[in-house]
Amino acid sequence: MRHTVFLRFFLPTALAMLTFIALPIVSVLVQSVYAPHERVVVEVENCTPFGCVKSTVIDQEATRKLQEERPLGRFVGGDIYVDRSHLAFAELGQAWNGAATWHEFVRRLMTLPFYKALAFTLTYMLFVTPLSIMLGFFVALAVNALPRLLRGPTIFFSLLPMIVTPLVGALILFWMVDSRGIIGSAVQWLAGDDDLSLKASTPLTWIMLIVYGTWSTAPFAFVVYYAGLQTVPQDTLESAMLDGASRWHRIRYIVLPHLLPLTTFMFLIKIMDNFRVFEPIVSFNASAHAQSLSYFIYSDLAETRLLSSAAATSVLTVGGVLVLLSPVLVRTWRQFGKA
Amino acid sequence: MTGRARRRPATLNLLIGICLVTWLLLAIFPFVWTLWGSFKVEGDFFSKAGWQNALSGPLTLLEHGDTFTGAGYHGAWVKEEFWRAVLNSLAVVVCVVVVSLTFGTLGGYALSRSTYRYAFWLLIVALVFRAMPPITLVSGYLLPFYQLNLWGHLPTAIIVLVAINQPFTLWMLTAFFKNIPKDLDESARVDGCTQFQAFRHVIIPVMWPGVITTGLFSFLLAYNDFVVTAMLLSKQNQTMIPKIASFLGTTQTEGNVMFSVASVVSVTAPLFLLVMFFQRQIVSGLTAGAVKG
Amino acid sequence: MFYKVKSAFFLAALLAAGTAQAQTNCGATSGRVNIVGNEFPAIRSVAAQATRCQTGSLTVRSNLTANHQRINLAGMQGNPAEYTSAIVATSSIVELMNNNVLRPLDALVAAHGADIPRNQLITIDGRVMAVAFMANSQHLVYRKDILAQIGAEPPKTYEEMIRIGRTLRERGIVRNPIGGAYQAGWNLAQEFVNMYIGHGGEFFRPGTPEVAVNNAQGIAALNTMKALTELMNPDFLTHDSNATSAEWRAGNVAMMNMWGSRTGVLMAREGNQPQVSDNTTVGAPMTVGGGRIPATTLWWDGWTVARNVSDDDARATFLALKHGTSPALLNAETMGQAVWMIAGYQPAPANKGVMDTMAMGAKPYPMLPYMGLLHTALGDGIAPFLQGRKDAATTLADIEAAYRTAARERGFLR
Repeated sequence: MRHTVFLRFFLPTALAMLTFIALPIVSVLVQSVYAPHERVVVEVENCTPFGCVKSTVIDQEATRKLQEERPLGRFVGGDIYVDRSHLAFAELGQAWNGAATWHEFVRRLMTLPFYKALAFTLTYMLFVTPLSIMLGFFVALAVNALPRLLRGPTIFFSLLPMIVTPLVGALILFWMVDSRGIIGSAVQWLAGDDDLSLKASTPLTWIMLIVYGTWSTAPFAFVVYYAGLQTVPQDTLESAMLDGASRWHRIRYIVLPHLLPLTTFMFLIKIMDNFRVFEPIVSFNASAHAQSLSYFIYSDLAETRLLSSAAATSVLTVGGVLVLLSPVLVRTWRQFGKA
Repeated sequence: MTGRARRRPATLNLLIGICLVTWLLLAIFPFVWTLWGSFKVEGDFFSKAGWQNALSGPLTLLEHGDTFTGAGYHGAWVKEEFWRAVLNSLAVVVCVVVVSLTFGTLGGYALSRSTYRYAFWLLIVALVFRAMPPITLVSGYLLPFYQLNLWGHLPTAIIVLVAINQPFTLWMLTAFFKNIPKDLDESARVDGCTQFQAFRHVIIPVMWPGVITTGLFSFLLAYNDFVVTAMLLSKQNQTMIPKIASFLGTTQTEGNVMFSVASVVSVTAPLFLLVMFFQRQIVSGLTAGAVKG
Repeated sequence: MFYKVKSAFFLAALLAAGTAQAQTNCGATSGRVNIVGNEFPAIRSVAAQATRCQTGSLTVRSNLTANHQRINLAGMQGNPAEYTSAIVATSSIVELMNNNVLRPLDALVAAHGADIPRNQLITIDGRVMAVAFMANSQHLVYRKDILAQIGAEPPKTYEEMIRIGRTLRERGIVRNPIGGAYQAGWNLAQEFVNMYIGHGGEFFRPGTPEVAVNNAQGIAALNTMKALTELMNPDFLTHDSNATSAEWRAGNVAMMNMWGSRTGVLMAREGNQPQVSDNTTVGAPMTVGGGRIPATTLWWDGWTVARNVSDDDARATFLALKHGTSPALLNAETMGQAVWMIAGYQPAPANKGVMDTMAMGAKPYPMLPYMGLLHTALGDGIAPFLQGRKDAATTLADIEAAYRTAARERGFLR
């Protein structure tokens, strides 16, 4: 395809992505190496309906000049990336030197917010990605075996976990897993422990979040695999049957390889989405037990307005995603070359 | 799908049946529970005294004289005018799907037919774009949008949703287009069509399975979106999800929580009807095998 | 014919009278007013009352959302600003002050606000920056029937509360007698702030952004909180005020430290079991560690005017919001929505706690430019101590380190 023709086809989508994603990404990168100017703080008296107290405010005059001269802020380079809320190089060094055993080092590492969040994020991603893809695959196989009449409703019901908005779905599930809720009571009954509470224990909260993540993202894998299963070449399957291949052999040697491009695609998307996990933590009020990188960004952009910190965490998230995706990307490169 | 009867052993059928039923129960149980509970009051559905209250509804009986009440629905639809949010959502979703698919099919077609290396790199760049957390992007939009007077309008939210979801749309559609043999449009070009005419007359008729699948995901992304619509729309033209979230609020006023429960049921039920009526088209769209070999 | 004309006039007069009841003359006839704030019922009433001023070319709109702190600063930084007024509280005014988007109101008060009671004016460095209209605080709420079962008086100190709680649990009357909004994040930090003030601690070295919570009072505050959580529902780290209220209304809790603005709902018959709502009683805030100052903070909510708007709009905003928080606001429906600082306010039994808090001389929440950073660091850092993973001193040291990192980034510390 000639370049000019390509450009004409590609222009609308390129413009949209450039304006709303590329430019903001550049802006985020720039913001992550600048911090607000140093503030001068002066003592003043504040009077409220409850009386007058001595307090402080920012001296606006002193900062105004700095702001006008250098509107981007104070250049700090990689300082934000290595400070305690992010990669924490200094604290890492201290932990390494001060720890006598590996166990002690890891314990100290887990007191640093970024690494604590990374631990949960990676665990979540490592469990939810394969589990949801496998679950989606098996459900797709099963639905494919159904008579035509039943397929419509089954497809819809299987899509429900993904359709029902995560916001309220999680609110209701949050109540249901409460120790007085129906799921919580069922778990207590199964475990034989009347005091068991899913929300009070960190390991159980992690398990609950992983189960929720698998449950709500399996439908996506289901739909994609179901569409893919329709395109499996029938002749190859039939000749395999004639050759006496068992059902399991057919699945393993014909269906799975045929679905490989789709599987690669899904791993790409799922790894990326699970690494940016955020909604379950908010919906289940689980921030005491589990944090994630996206949750830090969310809280940095709230009242405290730590914009440079949020920018740095965002860049680290993108970097982390790329690192995790590199094996899958290499495979895609090879596939692309073949096409 | 061939009509050939693949004789499955009865045990396998049973196994499949059991697995499916288990999965379906897991998938629909929370929703059925929500449906039942949407006719109760907050004290029963979210009872901290015992989950049985959600089934029997003692506080509902106390307050409304019957174990079922439509108070949640009435409050959401009449008092809080939820129907406005539904209309807003409809507008946003339809526009997002149409624009997103238009941009995406054009771009995906170009990427699938290009023989240069830069097509691959563009896909990788799109992937990197998708990796950026949307909350960061949307927070960055706030100030420029306020200054340019773009904040609070539906078209702004539509364009932002289209743009943010372009990477995913591009990837899916490129993959589907790759499965359409190049000979089809190449022979059209040989016959004298321009690239665009080839696209229009040859590719468009056969691209529907991929387009429907991608359209389904675009629809869901726009329908369920919270981050973009919550921060870029004002109270007057909110879509459904931020409106439901606003019922929850910070101080759960008596009864408002049930408005959100009732709204959730209200927004999922039509989807069910839609799928029931259009399941033939959806299923055949998903199954029209565009791939041969 | 004459009859028809007469009835037409009559109809016109009726219509005119009817519309006059809906709109009021607030003293401004032109300008644009756009209010951003939280969506509490009280604030919604204020905005609705301000909207009554809409007339001629004066437009009044509002955007009240729980997200308001994420959008109010950006919305007021444009030129002209999208929002002409922000309804703020003690903590949310700070960020707007830090970024200089608020207009000093001295001139407007002199010209149009002579009848606003002086104590409603929030002055910072001698300039009026906001006008307060309601107060709130956390205080004791208890079930008088449960306490009567063991013959206990409502606790005046946290130590008494713990003692009563232990007795209730030992006698099998209530399993988790104490309630508390201890959700990790803002709520947990707020409970620490209360307890730390009760123990007599200062958050920063006076006049500087240097944090100073890793001391005896901080450790005492943490230990008191730990003792309280031992008598709470084990899910306390996931319970915000809504969940705590839900536990209360289910009858699972005997005593708690709760916001005054939420007690009205707990004491109403509607939606509650009669035994719970009839016996819910409001008490005074408690002290701790033998201190005199109650272990709680006083909060005000007030309205402000944006700096980046035309003088015309600023004047219209001032007049509209003055009307929105004038005595005309108070009626049967709005009276119980908050502890109003408006003439003609009649406190209900549910408001006694906040009135007691003010009478006991409780401290207001610190209105410092960097308090939000400490509040967030506390909210993120206390949970491990309550979960038994860190000791008190390490917890506070880590919290101080987190604060210093944030303060360095924001330019408060070097």
